[in-house]
Amino acid sequence: MSKKKKTMNLNFGPQHPAAHGVLRLILQLDGEIVEKADPHIGLLHRGTEKLIEHKTYTQALPYFDRLDYVAPMNQEHAFALATEKLLKIEVPIRAQYLRVIFCEIGRILSHLLNITTQALDVGALTPSLWGFEERETLMTFYERASGSRLHANYFRTGGVHQDIPGDLLKDIGKFCETFPKTIDDLENLLTDNRIFKQRNVQIGVVTKEDALAYSFSGVMLRGSGVPWDLRKSQTYECYKNLDFKIPIGKNGDCYDRYLCRIEEMRESVKIIKQCIKQIPIGPIKTVDGKISPPKKEEIKQSMEALIHHFKLFTEGYRVPKGEVYCAVEAPKGEFGVYLISDGSNKPYRCKIRAPGFSHLQAMDYLIRGHMLADVPAVLGSLDIVFGEVDR
Amino acid sequence: MKLNRFFKIIFLSEFVKAIIIAIKEILKKKKTINYPFEKGKISPRFRGEHALRRYPNGEERCIACKLCEAVCPAQAITIENEERPDGSRKTTRYDIDMIKCIYCGLCEESCPVDAIVQGPNFEFSTETREELYYNKEKLLENGDRWESVLAENIKLDKPYR
Repeated sequence: MSKKKKTMNLNFGPQHPAAHGVLRLILQLDGEIVEKADPHIGLLHRGTEKLIEHKTYTQALPYFDRLDYVAPMNQEHAFALATEKLLKIEVPIRAQYLRVIFCEIGRILSHLLNITTQALDVGALTPSLWGFEERETLMTFYERASGSRLHANYFRTGGVHQDIPGDLLKDIGKFCETFPKTIDDLENLLTDNRIFKQRNVQIGVVTKEDALAYSFSGVMLRGSGVPWDLRKSQTYECYKNLDFKIPIGKNGDCYDRYLCRIEEMRESVKIIKQCIKQIPIGPIKTVDGKISPPKKEEIKQSMEALIHHFKLFTEGYRVPKGEVYCAVEAPKGEFGVYLISDGSNKPYRCKIRAPGFSHLQAMDYLIRGHMLADVPAVLGSLDIVFGEVDR
Repeated sequence: MKLNRFFKIIFLSEFVKAIIIAIKEILKKKKTINYPFEKGKISPRFRGEHALRRYPNGEERCIACKLCEAVCPAQAITIENEERPDGSRKTTRYDIDMIKCIYCGLCEESCPVDAIVQGPNFEFSTETREELYYNKEKLLENGDRWESVLAENIKLDKPYR
């Protein structure tokens, strides 16, 4: 007598604690083996791209914080770079360094969250507590610079909003001294841990070819051994003055991606240290009064500044006609903004290329043939945030 | 190398190491704070609850230039104005929908007279939605209540503005 094979459909999320947000994954299970994974997205769709078409360039910027809300400033960076490219303006050196410092802080923020929650998903509770302690410190830095812990609205077209308060750089430097110790502690807990290894080694393997075919970027690509990092390959801002390495993995499994993230955090600390050493004193936004608003002091003395102020905050600035694609190496991968300007003060179209989106489409490929318990491990190592996937 | 690995596995070295770290961590000072009684430090730039400020003589600062209304990305601000008998331009209505507001700080940035500011208060949750539709009285009252802190923060942040 032969048994008829029957598969079972299982809803993973949208309220599952390991789904990292509002992912609804429909799994076809044969016993405990996943035969098919079908991600359903769109539960956090806010129509950001359409909204931006109705906002001036200044107003559109805060919406970028809300995409990948784990590392907000990296998203702003892509948009600011895109508009700067269209406007053909230079960013002052100090502003470039400030941007790099906060982008790297964003990278540490994102990787800390990802590593610790991935560990949480596979059963290690402690790292998340320690990781969040460091995240708290980093978010204080965000808050001291921009006034907000998450939704910073700090990078502006042509520079950054305000100069950082005097003692902030010193505190960031102090953090850079102590933080590697925390990474060591995290590694002590996880890297050699047999439970963590059993759950991650040889799970969700991506080959080099497939990683490229699925248009992976960031750690997902580097974990498979492709040394591709936009900071090196299409260098932007002041990254060319900085010395850092691109860690790559060997096997392309969840464990290699974890190791890559750990190493990237160490590299980020190195970058921040160099930035603090090299950062010059000077203006923090472009001097062009048609683009960056004047200082508050000036408004009260100069008629021209007042006119610029009013013009910039009501109508905004006009961006010349053209199209541009600008990508930055966000913690999760290549975050790109494709802007079309029709010469008015609002973007005609703004397409956002979110790394998480292309990573999530490979879910079926990654998880097929694995056990149900591997789903959280793979999801964790994908590093998806629904703000950017659903947009 | 192999032998080394073998001993590592046999003697549960990674677990022992982890336990030592955890015990060290227990002996360290607590990092958490007792929230409603203790609060984390916030910088002068913090963007919290809105407030409308007054001049020291009690006159409202806001001149109804409507820059904040124009720049607000979420269109959360509504202003109506009229001319007073003394010829000054003041608002008759200044509403902020705190549910729409995205706390981007552009209103404070745009204000030429430092009238609308985002203060240090982040504890303004309410039981009903209606209470979060702030009107002019509520905003001015906030301004009066927080004035000392607001003025201090603006003074501290002045070199960077």
